[in-house]
Amino acid sequence: MSSIEVNGKQFEVDEEGYLANLNEWEPAVGEAMAAAEDQTLTDEHWDIINFLREYYEEYQIAPAVRVLTKAVGKRLGKEKGNSKYLYELFPYGPGKQACKYAGLPKPTGCV
Amino acid sequence: MADYEIPETHEFPIIPSIMEGAMAHSTPFVAGEEFQSDMGFPFTEETGQLIDGWKEKFLELMKEKLSKYRSLQVFMDICVKCGACTDKCHYFIGTSDPKNMPVARQDLLRKVYRRYFTFAGKYFPKLVGAIDLTEDVIKDMYSYYHQCSECRRCAVFCPFGIDTAEVTMAARDMLAMIGMGQKYSNQIIPKVHKIGNNLGLPEPALVDTLEGLEEEVEEDIEVKVRFPLDEKGAEILLVTPSADFFAEPHIDGLIGYAKVFHAAGVTWTMSSKASEAANFGLFIGNYEHMREISLRIRDAAKDLGVRRIIFGECGHAWRVAYNHLNTLAGPWDFLDQNYPIPQHILEFTKDCLDRDILNIDKSENDHMTLTFHDSCNIARASRIGDTPGSQFTTPRQVIQAVCNNYHDMAADTIHDATFCCGGGGGLLTDDLMELRIKGAQPRMESLKNVVADHGVTHMAAICAICKSQFTKVLPYYGMTMDQIVSVHQLVSNAIILEGQGEEAGDSDDADEAA
Repeated sequence: MSSIEVNGKQFEVDEEGYLANLNEWEPAVGEAMAAAEDQTLTDEHWDIINFLREYYEEYQIAPAVRVLTKAVGKRLGKEKGNSKYLYELFPYGPGKQACKYAGLPKPTGCV
Repeated sequence: MADYEIPETHEFPIIPSIMEGAMAHSTPFVAGEEFQSDMGFPFTEETGQLIDGWKEKFLELMKEKLSKYRSLQVFMDICVKCGACTDKCHYFIGTSDPKNMPVARQDLLRKVYRRYFTFAGKYFPKLVGAIDLTEDVIKDMYSYYHQCSECRRCAVFCPFGIDTAEVTMAARDMLAMIGMGQKYSNQIIPKVHKIGNNLGLPEPALVDTLEGLEEEVEEDIEVKVRFPLDEKGAEILLVTPSADFFAEPHIDGLIGYAKVFHAAGVTWTMSSKASEAANFGLFIGNYEHMREISLRIRDAAKDLGVRRIIFGECGHAWRVAYNHLNTLAGPWDFLDQNYPIPQHILEFTKDCLDRDILNIDKSENDHMTLTFHDSCNIARASRIGDTPGSQFTTPRQVIQAVCNNYHDMAADTIHDATFCCGGGGGLLTDDLMELRIKGAQPRMESLKNVVADHGVTHMAAICAICKSQFTKVLPYYGMTMDQIVSVHQLVSNAIILEGQGEEAGDSDDADEAA
């Protein structure tokens, strides 16, 4: 298994760059993964990433797209509660890209 | 978007000049120890290495399959190299790689078959194109049998009916048994066994998601439409792909099913145990896993005491259900024999439309002009209804019953000649993105032509894989991800439920399309 180095610490990641052990995650890991994909994480990104982590902690899975857009709508205003807003933040898809930065496993299946 | 060379699309299809080895680099991640062992498959210390005695094992399995599956034996023997299949595969058309001609892909296995199982190949291998089984041959097989989506378009044009899908399935199964399983499928199947669905969506998350949907629909149309889970005594068990809970536009289809059930006044439920219609056991050619996945549906139906089973919009799930559910998990003598076992959601909805019990306002879909993508597994492996060709007519009749504007794509790209979306058969994974984009070329070409010539704005589909695949690849071809819709999303838009406010029709799609 390969690994990435963040602030002098080694983190194991899988073939696609997802963190192997989600308990090891720290914000700097998310920052480093984003930087490697030429993305800078703003407060807007962190709102989503933090919600994903909270949801994962409770349900052991990333939220479904409508659960996410609804939560974002409630927290950040209705105009942001849609997948268009999320794709603007995470062009590779909120499910996959945001999960990666949040240290969560990639959603699998027909998605 | 990642940087790939996007194939051009044309006004008329053009068969590409061949480019040897153009996709030789395309190979999905091999399943490591974690996933192979979860599947009960052998593994090695280092992922991608072959197990000790791999060659003997492979040939032993091949011998077993040839005697067990008469079809495979016939397919190995009967090809006369007529060439009818060569330009029929979307992966060949999109990649120009001659090994993606169905005959060449089959030949990867056929050459080995000849060497070890035929008289001529044993003694005069060079004369009959027989080759030794080597590690390089295995690597080639792993690459190119994962450039086949088992869509069976080539089989339609083969004068002998050779089904490449069956060859691919057999090859993948043998590869998995010598340590070369595919990560994507082998990561997913154990989740179905353990958690109930491909996503690994546990029951509490499913409950939360469905409650959220109930609230959303109520806010939208001011009618309480239920999304019941594990309700004993319901008449109907709905088995639907877990993508319907999770992704767009799938979820709008799920809302459509719920509204139809609501309007029809039937009791129905989903099951946390069988919270997945998909059956990836088919993709990897593994009968035991396919059976075990199917048996969950039987268990769920018995536990809940339902009288009918209906499948949601999922292509290969319907292929497995329509063709094999009885042999895999029957007999279904405890269900109501007056209804098809299993039944497709489109059959149910069409029956409601025929009986005129749904209140439909077609103008709710007037902001769109639709076309329909026949999903390969439904088009070439099943019916939706009880007459020949009903798998083509039923979805179109439902769409046209709820939409005013509809136009088919070119005749040689629909019905049983439909092109695969490019992501079917266990290939819907990010590590095969280049293949998925290129393999979508023929479908994107025919879609672009009806967009240009007939003002089509959206394409409807009835398969979770097709929907996810198009969401991803449409932007590479200059279109937008929301141009793919679920058929029951269209039903959902048009159906007016009792008590639904006049003002409350779904206008979200109209805003997005504007």
